[in-house]
Amino acid sequence: MPDESVRTSANELKFRDPSQARALADRLSGLCEEIAREPISVMHVCGTHEQAIAKYGLRTILPKSLDLIMGPGCPVCVTDMPEVDEAVVLAEDGALIATYGDMLRVPGTAKSLADAQAEGARVEVVYSAAQAVELARSMQQEVVFFASGFETTAVATAAIALQDDLPPNLSILSAHKYVPPAMEIVAQIPATQVEGFLAAGHAATITGWGIFEPLAERYKIPVVVAGFEPLDILAGLVRLVELVKDGTPAVDNMYPRCVTREGNRVAQEQMWRVFRTVGGRWRGIADVPDGNLRLRPEYAHLDARVRFEIDIRRLWQLAPSALAEKCICGAIMSGLASPSDCELFGKECDPENPVGACMVSSEGTCKIWYQYGGRPDL
Amino acid sequence: MMVRPGIGPQPRDERVTLKHGAGGRAMRMLIEETLAAGFLDGSTDEIGLAALDDGAALLIGDRWLVVTTDSHVIHPIFFPGGDIGRLAIAGTVNDLAVMGATEVLGLTSAMVIEEGFLHSDLERIQHSMQEACREAGAKIVTGDTKVMGRGELDGIIINTTGVALADAVVSDAGLSSGDRILLTGPIGDHGIALMAARRGLGLEGDLRSDVAPLNGLIRRALDTAKGAITAMKDPTRGGLASALTEMAEKSQVGIVIEDAAVPVTPVVRSAAEILGLDPFHIANEGVAVIGVRPDAADAVLAAVRAHSLGQSCAIIGTCTDEHPKRLILDTGIGRRLVTEPEGEPLPRIC
Amino acid sequence: MCLGVPGRVLRVEGLIATVDFWGLKRQVRLDVVDEPVQPGDYVLNHVGFAIRRIPAEEIQETLSLYEELLRAGESDMMAADVRGEIEASPESADSGEPDA
Repeated sequence: MPDESVRTSANELKFRDPSQARALADRLSGLCEEIAREPISVMHVCGTHEQAIAKYGLRTILPKSLDLIMGPGCPVCVTDMPEVDEAVVLAEDGALIATYGDMLRVPGTAKSLADAQAEGARVEVVYSAAQAVELARSMQQEVVFFASGFETTAVATAAIALQDDLPPNLSILSAHKYVPPAMEIVAQIPATQVEGFLAAGHAATITGWGIFEPLAERYKIPVVVAGFEPLDILAGLVRLVELVKDGTPAVDNMYPRCVTREGNRVAQEQMWRVFRTVGGRWRGIADVPDGNLRLRPEYAHLDARVRFEIDIRRLWQLAPSALAEKCICGAIMSGLASPSDCELFGKECDPENPVGACMVSSEGTCKIWYQYGGRPDL
Repeated sequence: MMVRPGIGPQPRDERVTLKHGAGGRAMRMLIEETLAAGFLDGSTDEIGLAALDDGAALLIGDRWLVVTTDSHVIHPIFFPGGDIGRLAIAGTVNDLAVMGATEVLGLTSAMVIEEGFLHSDLERIQHSMQEACREAGAKIVTGDTKVMGRGELDGIIINTTGVALADAVVSDAGLSSGDRILLTGPIGDHGIALMAARRGLGLEGDLRSDVAPLNGLIRRALDTAKGAITAMKDPTRGGLASALTEMAEKSQVGIVIEDAAVPVTPVVRSAAEILGLDPFHIANEGVAVIGVRPDAADAVLAAVRAHSLGQSCAIIGTCTDEHPKRLILDTGIGRRLVTEPEGEPLPRIC
Repeated sequence: MCLGVPGRVLRVEGLIATVDFWGLKRQVRLDVVDEPVQPGDYVLNHVGFAIRRIPAEEIQETLSLYEELLRAGESDMMAADVRGEIEASPESADSGEPDA
């Protein structure tokens, strides 16, 4: 087919029309005025939402009375220090760590993978899990794929694990996280003022929007699934505030081109064949029951935690940063504080020398505030 | 597994890391705090280290001698759109040109070569240096060659120094409120092409570096502007975001950029979306940012567009008294601050 | 949290599709996609894997969904100001006046 037609039709998928965006923002203002109190607090639980909100400058056109809180939506940010430590130890012991670019500078107890790399360890950034396989195939050295991300990314790791021709020197260190239990945790926090959730469209592409129904019912809170183009986000917010206004604790899907009620069953089947949920700490949040995805015993031969003895205690003898004590990433990710409430923000902690994980990931709340000015008066 | 010798625990920030070479704030801090220490006395009219500009400008009688130096390391050495030789010439010629020195007196070329490097590759590099010199109307007047043992460096390092005379110099600090910002071509081509070639990202399409000497184009802009050009810079490492931030900070103005006006080719835009990168953070080697007084902006735009390397030149923004030292992007929907990348931009997934 | 980019399928060979992303091509694996994929289909790509076949009719549905939201808010003065040329629909009557 001719290239030009391809380009034109793919552009239909970019929902970015400025006049429509302004019309949606005006509708949002109208709704907030009708509710006539402030703040109206809603939370999104997705770093890519925050990224898009920041990228298109959406915060500057949102009504002042709408408080759009960034929740625990970045799988990189919530990767706990001991998980990073495991990758660091494996790298220092001579394995090549293949990982996504976001993970490179996440602080561990004593150092990040980037620090380990500066000291001579081999760390390769990959775009796709499939690249880690190719990397292992091309060398003798042990290659450990340090796999992070929510269910959306976990299905790619699962597809790799299910491949039958894997090179013997490849293993997987899973730091994958599972979103639904974390939303539950946030909804349970007594101080939380959150009146509605904007759910992550790409995680929901896998799990389906039906998975949020028990949450909406139990906590009497509306949930709207939204996509990532500026119009998707604004439309999602309009719908969410409509539900808040009407007091309807329903689940609504504003991203039907990607999300169905049941989700992607093929992907779910593969994911659950390879992974099981285990409880564990999400950095700065809490222990999240069923919040971590780990390889099932059937895949022990691929599991770096089984294949290698990983003694991360040696890192703990190094003095961890005293600043870490003052970091309030946890409160920020739970929606209880803003980056500007943190005494380290922009001073001891900035994107070049991050203390907390929220400053590391491109979608981390603090990094985005630092980069894009939070809610600046522009 | 064996514990590898030599990798022990180290406190953070005792070592230079790759981010210190990525062209952003970390690199400027390294230069200001360590490398330029003791040379930062900026009390004269001349442009020296204190200015941290693209090069130096020294007064000789009533003319300026402009000097710049640059070491080039790149992987891969040959990439779509160019190679390390073309890069070495264009990079140095462009650093001179954006200071207003478009007539190159001479270039030096110092090469450090790894043992085992192919003769044929050296010839290829030499050939493209000649070709780039021809395009720039410049010549190499002296050089130096060293060979180091295998594994002691990655292939080849080329250092080029350039000298030129100019009647007037243009700094990167001369913007004032109301000045328009011109960008001479699309951004991101170089960095995206290199990343695709280097990281095996599997991206197929017309991704080519824009590396080219710009002195001819800039001469045209200067001749047309007749003194109305207030600042220039080439947005190399750190991308347009770093270049404009530096210009805004040094000039004490705010810069508002219209996102829709910034030229980006469809393939680069697409690659940036797939990889989760911001084109403003991606390196360029064949475009320049030109600050122009408002009344001369259209004439300079027309002059640059008439040049073969400036066909997509656009006026992308305006300097303002508000938000001094800030770079603000008008996205068409809302506004946001643009900040510099820290470290080399990496593909992200989430 | 998850960067997803839509593209259009050019070719399918087994579990690998060649996908066009606005002029740039990349191979995308089909291991976990929800439905069979053919040339001409849109897919949502995440880290080199298609995680959803996007039905063409759903793109149109998204647009009408947004139209509907705006129509519901037609009586809102500011929205009406921007979209003055569009007439208020009957169902907007119950969405209240801005100062209600």
